[in-house]
Amino acid sequence: MSSASLTPQKKENIKKGSVLASFASNARQYGIVGALVVIIIVFEILTGGLLLQPNTIVQLIQQNAYVIILAVGMVMVIIATHIDLSVGSLVGFIGGCIALLMQNAHLNWFLAIIVGLLIGLLVGVWQGFWVAFVGIPGFITTLAGMLIFRGLATTMINASIPVNNTSFNAIASAYLPNILGWWGPFDGLSIVVGILAIVAFAWTQLRKRAKVSKVGLVPEPINATYIKIAIASVVIAALTFEFASSGNATQGGIPIMLVIVGVLVFTYNFILTRTVFGRRVYAVGGNRRAALLSGINTRRVDFSLFIHMGLLSAIAAIAMLSRLSSASAATGNSFELDAIAACFVGGTAVTGGIGTVPGVVIGAVVMGVINQGLSIMGVDSALIQTIKGLVLLLAVAVDIMSKRKKR
Amino acid sequence: MSNSPMILQMQNITKTFGPVKALTNVNLEIARGEIHAICGENGAGKSTLMNVLSGVYPSGTYSGTIFYDGKECNFKKIKDSEELGIVVIQQELALSPFLSIAENIYLGNERQKNGVIDWEATRADAIKVMQQVGLQENPDTKIMDIGVGKQQLVEIAKALSKEVKLLLLDEPTAALNDEDSAHLLQIIRDLRDNQGVTSVIISHKLNEIAAIANNVTIIRDGSTVGWLTNSKENPLDQDELIHKMVGRELTNLYPDHVSHIRDEIFRVENWTVHHPLDQQRVIVDHANIYVRAGEIVGLAGLMGAGRTEMAMSIFGHTYGSAVSGKVYVHGKETDTSTVQKAIGAGIAYATEDRKGYGLNLLQNIRENALLAALTKHSKHGVMDDGVERIAVEKYRKDFNIKTPSIEEQVSNLSGGNQQKVVLAKWVISNPDILILDEPTRGIDVGAKYEIYEIIDQLADEGKAVIVISSELPELIGICDRIYTVSQGVITDDVQKTKFTQEYLMKGMTQEKTQLKKVGE
Repeated sequence: MSSASLTPQKKENIKKGSVLASFASNARQYGIVGALVVIIIVFEILTGGLLLQPNTIVQLIQQNAYVIILAVGMVMVIIATHIDLSVGSLVGFIGGCIALLMQNAHLNWFLAIIVGLLIGLLVGVWQGFWVAFVGIPGFITTLAGMLIFRGLATTMINASIPVNNTSFNAIASAYLPNILGWWGPFDGLSIVVGILAIVAFAWTQLRKRAKVSKVGLVPEPINATYIKIAIASVVIAALTFEFASSGNATQGGIPIMLVIVGVLVFTYNFILTRTVFGRRVYAVGGNRRAALLSGINTRRVDFSLFIHMGLLSAIAAIAMLSRLSSASAATGNSFELDAIAACFVGGTAVTGGIGTVPGVVIGAVVMGVINQGLSIMGVDSALIQTIKGLVLLLAVAVDIMSKRKKR
Repeated sequence: MSNSPMILQMQNITKTFGPVKALTNVNLEIARGEIHAICGENGAGKSTLMNVLSGVYPSGTYSGTIFYDGKECNFKKIKDSEELGIVVIQQELALSPFLSIAENIYLGNERQKNGVIDWEATRADAIKVMQQVGLQENPDTKIMDIGVGKQQLVEIAKALSKEVKLLLLDEPTAALNDEDSAHLLQIIRDLRDNQGVTSVIISHKLNEIAAIANNVTIIRDGSTVGWLTNSKENPLDQDELIHKMVGRELTNLYPDHVSHIRDEIFRVENWTVHHPLDQQRVIVDHANIYVRAGEIVGLAGLMGAGRTEMAMSIFGHTYGSAVSGKVYVHGKETDTSTVQKAIGAGIAYATEDRKGYGLNLLQNIRENALLAALTKHSKHGVMDDGVERIAVEKYRKDFNIKTPSIEEQVSNLSGGNQQKVVLAKWVISNPDILILDEPTRGIDVGAKYEIYEIIDQLADEGKAVIVISSELPELIGICDRIYTVSQGVITDDVQKTKFTQEYLMKGMTQEKTQLKKVGE
């Protein structure tokens, strides 16, 4: 008896299935990008062209940096089927610690930041311990953390602690120095960075393609690669133009906050897609039992995730403290919900196992643009909250319904 | 009520699932007031038959007729059959662990007045039926606080509360220890003698059947193949029963293969495992096995014999509690107490439950196939894309995984191809010892043949392969040697020359009391 070979019809089915499947698996990503483009165009029209003003964009980034910083950690936690409710309280607590260190203990602002990051790591160890080694669900552990650290923040800070260190406060509001001077109305550095970004993107895409064919696999059509590069170039060029012409008479260009967010997004995307740890996170989230039986130490994965989340909470705390120039007991209230919302709008699966860093960044930007656009239009902030809630509901509903159809 | 001597007649029952025929013209006749046993191999269709009778598969989804008490019945749902006094007790008990015994007995059948539960009546009535099954517990005790044996009694008490006339029990003693089993069987006898309850019992334990049944119906491959009677004057002929259970012809479904057996590389001594929740229950009892390089060794046992439990407990203690015994790899005593250590020692275990324990259905072939060897394909914690793709691509070709690309989601693959991905995952981890648990479960004949070829190829590479399977012909077709397992004990070490289904089945159905342990 010979091994069964596929009938032509079966082969056809497999082929069709895979094309549809790869489209379906990417459709959610494309879908949310499409939604973002539509939202931007609508608000650009509704606000009479104010939304895409250079300074509005800079403001958008500075205002929503904390959401992206928290969301890149939150997405990993949610992929691994946990959740972290404590990040908002941590932003308040760690911000309070740093403010106290600088204002009362007169610690150097840089050292204060280092200590703040260490506190974030320690809190991560604390919460990771309860989740990974005691086995308390992340929801409960971090709900407790939310109460514990909000309480500590309130005790510590009382009303508020103003921060008057100009170097520290510059983090959230200043730009990279114009080391290349002004080229006409444009910041030289922004233009150079923009061009480098386009070149780097094109180079990585082509290299990836070359690598795939080198190991004997069929890469995507070359035209698809060119289209990708072209679209990315247009977007990067547009952003470069915006940043190069942003700012005021004395400074402008690339906001420092953009650099911090960019580095974090790049790093965590790398961790999640290219490292052993990232692969383990997806494995644990997709099927914990199977991961365990494949020799993955699921406890260690859980533990590490909460440490990452603690560190990112500390970075968000620094960004927030710098932006507000003062620590208050209420800082960071409900930030965890913003981060979680960004994850789900950005295509992260409610049941874990699925999610990407670029996805949640887009999710965060969607929420940010809606917020910004409506604010420019003078919509009441309470109503904005309602609209954001509806957007979240809609995004997840679309996600769930598209999955149901696939079956 | 009619006076027909038969309480139940099922005639020409045929049930298909898509293209698969689960039952073909099955006939079953149960006399009033008897205890009737249904015997057959795993997957012969016994449970399907029960589901047809009880209305789990509603009338219309199968063909054939059912006469109960002389009247033709068309059950649309379980409630319909229950109203006539037919109660099924499933293998997996349907009790709510957080509710009390009394609440469970009257679950769905509450003692109530206008929607308000009458707790006094509930307790009083519960105590009555509990006495009938000899269950001495406070009716307010929660189900999770009593043992499995007593839980089984609660199920029977629940059946009695519904005024049961025909009681169907699907492997009622599979999860029970000897004492509890004996007690349960006595209860079933008492119900027959004192209350005229007719019972149908599905069981793998032949001694049990010999002890309790009046008549036996044998089902094989979805058809009734014989009837036997059992009485004091005419005791059940167990050899005939076994012959009828397995009597099918072997066809050439297996590749020709000559094994080149070399030195012993794997040995397990005195391996004993207890149930994870009930430390009194021994699941694997002082098992001794060894496997040589290039050898394919089968582990034959009926459902619940402890085969999977033994494999998983060896593989990182992923099953059971109070595990004891020694594992030797290449003659050296080896610690396999975590999965990481087991993999490190060169052991691989491919699970019987592909979707539950084997694959991450959200990921693609490449990501799944590499899961057990991530660090080997990375540098400083960063995955090496190229090496990874080459490794997986090799096994896509070697194992003939039918897919356009290794980037395909495993959820889009057929069962056979999914199984190949699971095998690829373990082969990539480069083990010396492979334990394959039901490697061909639920896959079609062509893919099975390819899996056998892969197994042969692994043995030729000098690996020690252990195959666990419920299909005896499969084990006979591919193995060099077979251990039979019964109730957690290795009962025989069968050489290839002695391979017959009857001989193996004897080893697989030996009762604990008459067991001789191999290797002592």
